[in-house]
Amino acid sequence: MRYICLLYVSEADLPAPGTPEFGPLRDANSAASAEMAKAGVLVDGAPLQPSRAATTIKIRGGETLLTDGPYAELKEQLNGYYLLECADLDEAVRWAQTIPAARTGSVEVRPVVRVEGRP
Amino acid sequence: MTDDLTAVVRQHWWTTVASVTRLIGDLEAAEDAAQDACVAALRQWRQARVPEHPERWLVSVARKKALDAQRREAKRAEKEAAAVRDETRSSIESQAPAMVDDQLALIFMCCHPTLEPASQIALTLRAVCGLTTSEIARAFLTPEATVAQRLVRAKRKIREAVIPFRTPDGDGLAVRLAAVLRIVYLVFTEGHRSNASQAGTRPELCREAIHLASSLATMMPGEPEVRGLLALLLLVDARRPGRFDAEGQLVLLDEQDRSLWDAAKIAEGEAHLASALSLGRPGPYQIQAAIAALHSTASTAAATDWAEVAALYAELVRWEPTAVVEANRAVAVAMAHGPTAGLTILDRLTDDPRLEAWPPFHIARADLFSRLGLIERAAEAYEKALSLSPPVPERTFINRRLGELARRGLGPGAEKR
Repeated sequence: MRYICLLYVSEADLPAPGTPEFGPLRDANSAASAEMAKAGVLVDGAPLQPSRAATTIKIRGGETLLTDGPYAELKEQLNGYYLLECADLDEAVRWAQTIPAARTGSVEVRPVVRVEGRP
Repeated sequence: MTDDLTAVVRQHWWTTVASVTRLIGDLEAAEDAAQDACVAALRQWRQARVPEHPERWLVSVARKKALDAQRREAKRAEKEAAAVRDETRSSIESQAPAMVDDQLALIFMCCHPTLEPASQIALTLRAVCGLTTSEIARAFLTPEATVAQRLVRAKRKIREAVIPFRTPDGDGLAVRLAAVLRIVYLVFTEGHRSNASQAGTRPELCREAIHLASSLATMMPGEPEVRGLLALLLLVDARRPGRFDAEGQLVLLDEQDRSLWDAAKIAEGEAHLASALSLGRPGPYQIQAAIAALHSTASTAAATDWAEVAALYAELVRWEPTAVVEANRAVAVAMAHGPTAGLTILDRLTDDPRLEAWPPFHIARADLFSRLGLIERAAEAYEKALSLSPPVPERTFINRRLGELARRGLGPGAEKR
């Protein structure tokens, strides 16, 4: 079963690239994903550009509406994901706990629906 | 639905559901199959006699019904799933079912920490205890539709997120076992001090909780906290007959008629406590059971070893550093060393928002004020407890106390602090 771990952290708390705090955070994520890869559970994962770079699309009555910004304005923003292949929710939760964002923000674990014909 | 046969069927519900869940990997389908097997059992056993091994009968009929249902489903969907199942089935059916493992796997699945607590409770009462949706709804005075929806949602999450049907091992076991014991404890406390019920107690919930704890203690003999919980529930439940008077009014521990307490249950609780302690790994339930044992075996409230009770609460605070435990310690200290010593501890806790909203905290303060002759402050604390809408029996109790205080306040001996 595949699980996607969605990382929500307040962007105000996120260090920008180039600042002294950025290095340790990047290293912590690299270390977590290296362990996941070693255990063979990591399918994919990446940080996202800040929510200000987001565009939200809506089509209603044939009309396309583009909004500058994320779908929902929250205190914590979606800013990365890990896609894991695990036996069950216990294993997925165990790995999700190793993601640094769980300490500063929240990690949502969602099972991914298997689509036939896709790897 | 209360005759002997129904009781026999319900007694084996846990095993039946567990065994079928193991076989087909789906709780909902397992419950349906177990339900069908129970109906068949009642029909057949009423006409003939109960088989020698009713449990085996129920399990094997339920398994067959589950596989039939799955096959029908597969045929309708024109899939090959049934063939795959058939292959594994022959090997499973030939083995003697590992019933205890399956039963434990089922309760660990129902009490999975990724389900919300209300769902864990409902699911455990349904899938493990075999209560119907309407029985659960009645016990918690919740609309039946709410309970039904909660169960559907929980089972859907188990299926969609793949919550495992497995007893955790290694380091994970202690944490997960604590979660299971907590659900059993919550079922008991809801029965013991029911917020939902007018009568104040729901004995059927106490009974289910004790049954659960007892089964778990048999299945996990090496876990002292399981036996500690069983001891605690028995020792507290033994006092139930004394907790309410003939009019259904709440009677405080020190005013209870101790001859009404269930001596057999107390003895049973003490025996379980001794056997838990002999394993040499103390824990919060064992400590609480030890406290309950001191109360349940004292001939009067005054004869209780309050200093020992206070010392045990001090030990419990180390395991559960909560204001509620500290408040209980304060009451014991007051009994051992006088109301002022108790009030000193309680006064340190008044900033805790959770205690502020907990009626027993204010009742305890009121009682100590009243024993010190501080009528006005006692009345204030009782009023505060009342304003937090406690259960009906407590409300009645507080009103009675307020009446007594008012009469005392008119007479001599009243002073202000």
